[in-house]
Amino acid sequence: MTTLTSTPQQGRSRLTSRTVANAVVGLAALYTLLPAIWLLLASTKNADALFGSDILSFGDLSLWRNLSDLFAMEDGVYGRWYLNSLLYAVVGALIGSLISVGAGYAFDKYEFRHKEKFFGLVLTGVMVPPTVLALPLYLVASGIGLVNTFWAVFIPVLFNPFGVYLARILSSGYVPNEVLEASRVDGAGELQTYVRVSLRMLGPGFVTVFLFQLTAIWNNFFLPMVMLSDEHLYPLSLGLYTWNSAATVSPEYYPLVVIGSLLAVVPLIVAFITLQRYWKSGLTAGSVK
Amino acid sequence: MSTVISPGKRTAATPALVKDTRPRRTARRQQALACVALLAPFTALLIAVFLVPVGYVLGLSLFSQDHKGLGFGGGTTVFTGLRSYLAVLTDPSFISGFGAIALYCAIFVPVVVISALALALLLDSGLIRLRRTAQMLLYLPHAVPGIIAAVIWLYLYTPGLSPVIKLFAQADITIDFLGLHTVLPSIVNIALWSGLGYNMVIFYAALQALPREVIEAARIDGAGGMRTALLVKVPIIKGSVVMVCMFSLIGALQLFTEPMLMNQATPMVNSRFTPNMYIYDAAFRRNNYGLAAAASVILLLVTCALSYAVTRWAGRRERSAA
Repeated sequence: MTTLTSTPQQGRSRLTSRTVANAVVGLAALYTLLPAIWLLLASTKNADALFGSDILSFGDLSLWRNLSDLFAMEDGVYGRWYLNSLLYAVVGALIGSLISVGAGYAFDKYEFRHKEKFFGLVLTGVMVPPTVLALPLYLVASGIGLVNTFWAVFIPVLFNPFGVYLARILSSGYVPNEVLEASRVDGAGELQTYVRVSLRMLGPGFVTVFLFQLTAIWNNFFLPMVMLSDEHLYPLSLGLYTWNSAATVSPEYYPLVVIGSLLAVVPLIVAFITLQRYWKSGLTAGSVK
Repeated sequence: MSTVISPGKRTAATPALVKDTRPRRTARRQQALACVALLAPFTALLIAVFLVPVGYVLGLSLFSQDHKGLGFGGGTTVFTGLRSYLAVLTDPSFISGFGAIALYCAIFVPVVVISALALALLLDSGLIRLRRTAQMLLYLPHAVPGIIAAVIWLYLYTPGLSPVIKLFAQADITIDFLGLHTVLPSIVNIALWSGLGYNMVIFYAALQALPREVIEAARIDGAGGMRTALLVKVPIIKGSVVMVCMFSLIGALQLFTEPMLMNQATPMVNSRFTPNMYIYDAAFRRNNYGLAAAASVILLLVTCALSYAVTRWAGRRERSAA
């Protein structure tokens, strides 16, 4: 068992373990892929075909019908939801990551009193999941009359303590202190240095934080559900949820929920594929500590 | 890696600062200003959407609404405060929510950690073809929003819609994914589908960061692939394993989206199935904010206590191992 020379028997066992290993990973990949394929196929079916026929039959392709139904339903409210989601997620993640990266950078590069205590508070924020804060936020928002407005969802999602934590680590890794000193000697202002030099060096880290936050906001469900009652402010998640509730009574909503879900998945998939290398560096940085 | 270099950097940087004192003072002030400017927006958010709501909900849970204006005397305030908490803690539907979570964790955490770890070790073993593709496919569900993952699986669980049920029916097997004993495993399956690849990538990244010499040494000592994986690699990435466990537990306590959707489809999931659903139900169906606030505080405390306990425990384990 403890020899280095490989016998034919070992060669064969290596071949079997290779086969088994590939089979296991292949099965796992099928498990993750098949529901997505089902969504793709189901979105080409109309309500009758969805319930009646075999899912693999391509007899009646209703993809375009479904699409036009989707955007026509209830005066095109789905398009509205889509724009809302983009607004909450893209603009929110952009502003949110600017705020988090700035704060994380400040934690890394500057010294001030009670810094580590303050950072401890940030870490507490990382530990407290957003859903626990949803009801408290609702109560505060209803106290100041912000409930059922765009801001009630938009402002809370900007808060990203994990982004600050990540940015602090990334800043100590990506921005060498000599560069700051050199820029200071050149007479550049601190904020000027931050914007022109440090932020540029933090670029990949910024994308990582942005991607994390984009996903979190796009997936956000509890907060909008608590805050919003006006359908025109809904993000996709909440809109699809209400249509799914409607489908239990009137089944013509089923194909719309299916194709609506398919379209709702597209932006994140695109973001992940194009920005692949960034989320991985973020995950590694997150798990080092 | 950076920690090794930074002391050198600092010493190299200080002479430039000490040279003359007058510009240094203005530079200091400028630095302080920049620091404030960079931290201010985040601090404002921290106060507005974290500290204030938590403080407010604490207050609300103590000053019950029907005692408005009265609750400032010592004894009566405490009594009122206890009442909301007592009402929550003696409510069987709140306690059963934690029971459901505990059962959910008992299934979900071992399954997701073991399968994600096994897949990461397989990918790291060098036996797998098309490693990048496999990784992408496994990670794909993480890009699917929770509510949509829940919709997809709910439809795959729904008789008449589901090709899975049809397939089983052809083999004369009736399967009910939304029955009394199957509904919890069905919810676990949704969470597993969403989280498997994400956690696998965390483990895989940790494995890739392992010093290759250690693995090589184990191989030269004659340890097979399996032994190296279990006895050498897994102990080294224990930190990541504990982290994934912790985040899975904390995530489980927040369970809301999936059961909320299931609630529309099956009577087996009631409207107070998990603590978060209880809070939602108390606040928006029963309009009892005091009760909802007390339940939120309890959930917050349980979450913090749990994450604190796990990090402490992990820290002690690591220290005793060192």
